[in-house]
Formats: sequence, C-alpha cells, structure tokens
Amino acid sequence: MAFLSNFINGLSLGSIYAIIALGYTMVYGIAKMLNFAHGDVIMVGAYVSFVSIYSLGTPPILALLISMCVCTVLGVVIERLAYRPLRSAASLAVLITAIGVSYLLQNVALLIWTSNTKVFPSIVSFGSLHIGSLTITGETIVSIITCVVIMIGLTLFTTKAKTGKAMRAVSENRQAAELMGISVNKTISVTFAIGSALAAVAGVLYCSMYPVLVPTTGSIPGIKAFTAAVLGGIGSIPGTLVGGLLLGIIEIFSRAYISQDLSDAIVFAVLIIILLVKPNGLLGKKVTEKV
Amino acid sequence: MLLKVDNIHVYYGAIHAIKGISFEVNEGETVALIGANGAGKSTTLKTISGLMHPKSGTIQFLDKDVSHTDAYRLVAQGLAHVPEGRHIFLQMTVQENLEMGAFTSKGDINAAMDKVFQYFPRLKERRKQIGGTLSGGEQQMLAMGRALMISPKLMMLDEPSMGLAPILVEQIFDIIRELRDAGTTILLVEQNAGMALDIADRAYVLETGRITLSGTGSELAQSDEVKKAYLGG
Repeated sequence: MAFLSNFINGLSLGSIYAIIALGYTMVYGIAKMLNFAHGDVIMVGAYVSFVSIYSLGTPPILALLISMCVCTVLGVVIERLAYRPLRSAASLAVLITAIGVSYLLQNVALLIWTSNTKVFPSIVSFGSLHIGSLTITGETIVSIITCVVIMIGLTLFTTKAKTGKAMRAVSENRQAAELMGISVNKTISVTFAIGSALAAVAGVLYCSMYPVLVPTTGSIPGIKAFTAAVLGGIGSIPGTLVGGLLLGIIEIFSRAYISQDLSDAIVFAVLIIILLVKPNGLLGKKVTEKV
Repeated sequence: MLLKVDNIHVYYGAIHAIKGISFEVNEGETVALIGANGAGKSTTLKTISGLMHPKSGTIQFLDKDVSHTDAYRLVAQGLAHVPEGRHIFLQMTVQENLEMGAFTSKGDINAAMDKVFQYFPRLKERRKQIGGTLSGGEQQMLAMGRALMISPKLMMLDEPSMGLAPILVEQIFDIIRELRDAGTTILLVEQNAGMALDIADRAYVLETGRITLSGTGSELAQSDEVKKAYLGG
C-alpha cells in the first residue's frame, strides 16, 4: 500500500512539474530561448493568490483566476520589454537576460513581501479520499486532474485552433510562417501568455502541497520542471508530460526508499544518464540542421 | 501599377547586395528576373515581400509605399512569396500547410482549397500526409498551392524549378503558364533562363546587384548577351 501511495504522490508532484515544464517547452519551441525566469513567475502566482485570499478575502478559485491574469500580463510584459529587443541577438545574451529577470522578480518579491515565510493556504477545500488503507489527499487528486485537462486542452489547441496551428508553424519555420501572414511577435506573446497562466496554476497547486512561500519558492520547482522538459525532449508536449511524471515519481521514490537528502541528487543523476543515452530527451525530435 | 521598385539599395550587414535597381510589374503580367547565382535575385524578392528592407529607395505595392512594411502584413494585402527551397511546414500535413496559407484569408477556406486542388490534384490525394514525406516536386506544388490560398494579387516565385527532375520542371512550368493564363500576376526568379524567358511577358537581367538588360521575354531570348551568358550558346 505504501508503494501505491508513493506512486500516486509521485504522479501528483510530476503533474505539477509537467504543467510548469510546458511553459519552458513551449517558449523554447516557439521563441527558441530558455526562459529561466519562468520559475519565478510561479512564485509571483503563488503570492498573488496568497494576497488575494488573505487580504482581499476572495474564494480560492477566484484567487487562482486573479493570479492567472496577473501572471499572463507579467509574462507578456517580460517578453515585450526584456526578450523582444534581443530577438536577433546572440542566444547567450538572451540567456543572461533571463537570469537577470529571474533575480529581478525574486528581489521585487523580497521588497514587497519580505523574506518572512508565508504559510500558503491550500486552495483545495475537500478532504482526503480513503480507499482501504490508502489515503489520497485532495491536492493530489486536483493536481493530477488539472494536469490531464491542461494536456488535453493544449493538444487540442495546437492541432485544431488557428492560433495553435500558427504556433506550430512559427516553431517549425519562422520565416515561412511570416510569409503566411502570421505575426511572429504576436505568436510569441501568446506563447508567453499561455505559459505564464499555467505557471500561476502550477504555483498555486505546488504551494497547496508544500505550503511554504518565500521569494525563492519558484526556483527549485522551476529547475526541476526545466529538467523534466529536457528529460522528455524539450519542445515536445507529450515529452513534457512523460518527463514531468517520471521526474515526480523518481523524486518521491528516492525520498521514500533511498534517502530524503539524496533525492535531488538522484533526480539529476537520472537526467544525466538519460541524456547520455538519448541526447534529445525521451520523446525529443532529432534536430538536423538543413543546409 | 501593381508593383514599382524604385532605385533600392539592400545590404547584408556590410555587403552591398542590391545596388540601386528599379523595375515594375503591371497587373496581369508575368515578369521574370534572371541572372547567375549571387546576382541578387532572391534578395530582391525578400526585400519586396518585407523579409528584408531597403536602406534607400522605395517599393510601392498597389500604390502604397511598403518599403518598411513587415512581411506578415503584406500577405494580407495580397502579396504571396514562394521562397527558394520551398519552406513548407515539414511536420504539418498537406491540408494544414494549405490552411496556414489561408491564415490571413477571411473567405471560404474550403473553396480556396478546392481551387488549389484543381491545379494540383496530387495534393488532394496526399492531403492527410505529412509535408516532410512528400517528394521534391510535390513540396514545390504544396509551396505554390499554399501561396494560392489567398488568391494573391502578386505571386512571387523564387526558383520553382530548383533541384527538380526535367519532367517535373516541365510540369511546374505548365502550371505557372496556367496560372498566368488565368490572369495571375507573377514575378518569377529563375536560373533556368530559357524556361523563364519563354513564359515571361517581360524580363530583367540582374548582374551583381544591378539590372543590366531588360525587354520582352522573346527580345531577351534573342539577345546575344543573354544567349551567351545564360542560354549556353
């Protein structure tokens, strides 16, 4: 029973990693950049929810919607001000900028909310589910379901919706997309908007599970989700799901059966081994440079 | 006048690629730009379609100055550019590629697609197939079909015959002829000067960024300079 319970907890943590990883993977696929500030958008999302529940007294679901809106705007503004002017700059310049934005967000959060730990209230109002001796918390169920819904929604969006198809077109061939009349800048903005809204969802779910909120809260899940994206094959949506779930399960199992302290080391060791065997990640496409 | 290029200078960084060229395309005409590799033919098309911008000089499309208009905005105004190397979406199906071609279109996409299938029945058979699995000739057909989805006011074709077997080159040129006869305005860039001059109402010869000759297709085909330099005799 303990095994099953760990497995379900792993799935649930992995679901959250997968939701965050979507933001990395979509931005990488479409804007061809690593947005290292993505993890900190998660933190902002969690703080906005916290403020809205405690100071404004909104119900949790409304708090979630507010933080999704704030993060969407934040993501689009970051792209517009920090990344767009560097569209044709060297990728290293963009990477450094992203790290800069990450520190900026953390320090602004430090100024506004100080370094005092906030205890995040869970947004899940129903209790645990008991099946025999197995206990599944409400947060676990909600994060798994949310992840499934988001994955299905995003897959439908990119295969059926006009904007979604345009995103695939830009991701595959930016110049050809432009010659179809697709605005590359607008498409990248939409990508940041979706990724950041998902970051808000992930932030609220993560803090509902691990209720410790400080200005650096986003960095560890951010790095892990980035790892998940690379593990699954960055740029691939199904890869992100596989990578996220795998990472969550490995992390929970190593914590339960090997060592609490070594779990992160094990997670990253697995990443290194997988990348040695499959350099493009589990479901990543082989990138061939065409001359 | 549909398109008027007036004394444009275009640079790649420090390289002066286009050194003050002027020409025009009237409605219903087929105009060819011929010249050797590196003469600036593709750069000219890229500058017209807005992928690049001139440092000086102007480009007028439908009597509006579009010298600094972004490529994606020009598509909505009826300018289609089939780039060199086709650039179809290799991971999307034939049908999705055509849908992308109609991205700016407000009309009936299915009707436009049926019209494309009349020119390219092969694409209809392969509509569910992924672009990357098509042969070179089929990819060229798809690239052209995709451009036709907006019923363009000006269709620019960059090296449509490149890398194709002679029989396919014939096929592609037959279709260009059909399009011309149906009233489509075409600006054609080709290294295959013989084919291009045969189909064109008028043509310009481009040499290292400058226009050195111009005239009707048959005039140029008869000219000694063109014969010697581009027609192998």
